[in-house]
Amino acid sequence: MANTQAMCTSFKVELLNGHHALGTSVVRAGTTPDSFKAALYLASATINAATTAYTATGEVSGAGYSAGGVDLTGATDWIAPASSGTTVYSTPTANIAYTTVTLATAFDAVLIYNSTQGNKAVSVHTFGSQTITAGTLTLTMPTNDATTGLVRLA
Amino acid sequence: MLIHTTKGELPEEALEKKEGVVDNENEHTTWVEYWLGGELVHRSAHVTLKKNVSLSGQTAKFE
Repeated sequence: MANTQAMCTSFKVELLNGHHALGTSVVRAGTTPDSFKAALYLASATINAATTAYTATGEVSGAGYSAGGVDLTGATDWIAPASSGTTVYSTPTANIAYTTVTLATAFDAVLIYNSTQGNKAVSVHTFGSQTITAGTLTLTMPTNDATTGLVRLA
Repeated sequence: MLIHTTKGELPEEALEKKEGVVDNENEHTTWVEYWLGGELVHRSAHVTLKKNVSLSGQTAKFE
């Protein structure tokens, strides 16, 4: 046997589950998962890795769309973090849908953020510019595995 | 089938339907439009993201 330097895979899972606090943490009232939302952003906006929290600046607007976007849905918002090899992954439980909306100005990004923890940003996902007219935008989630899971810690 | 449009619910056969697909390394997207008299009255899109976001965990070695 030999020792191998590594970041423990269990640690990665536990990071996603909120078990470790290397810095100042937050007070949690219980063990239930946080709630998350998904907001859409105009193609002209600047939402990226530097985004720390949900912002209304650059967010889409239009009939049927509420500022802040939509809640992630499902028994839990995210599938419980799991690992394969040394990669940890998780994906929202359900597809994200904006039903019966009119979004006339082109948008090309969705920000997923934690609405329980001060709207802190989680991830930004971009796609080709879209508009919606009296219709529905559906964001279909990828297969939740170590290769395609929406959020991965490798 | 009735289609929800900017003019209310309209029968599909009364509308001109256009469909499209975008497939690249980032996404697979399908969209459908319904037009009435040259006016766009419905557009929906279905986006499947292919690229996820990942974080690479690294540890430092004691020298």
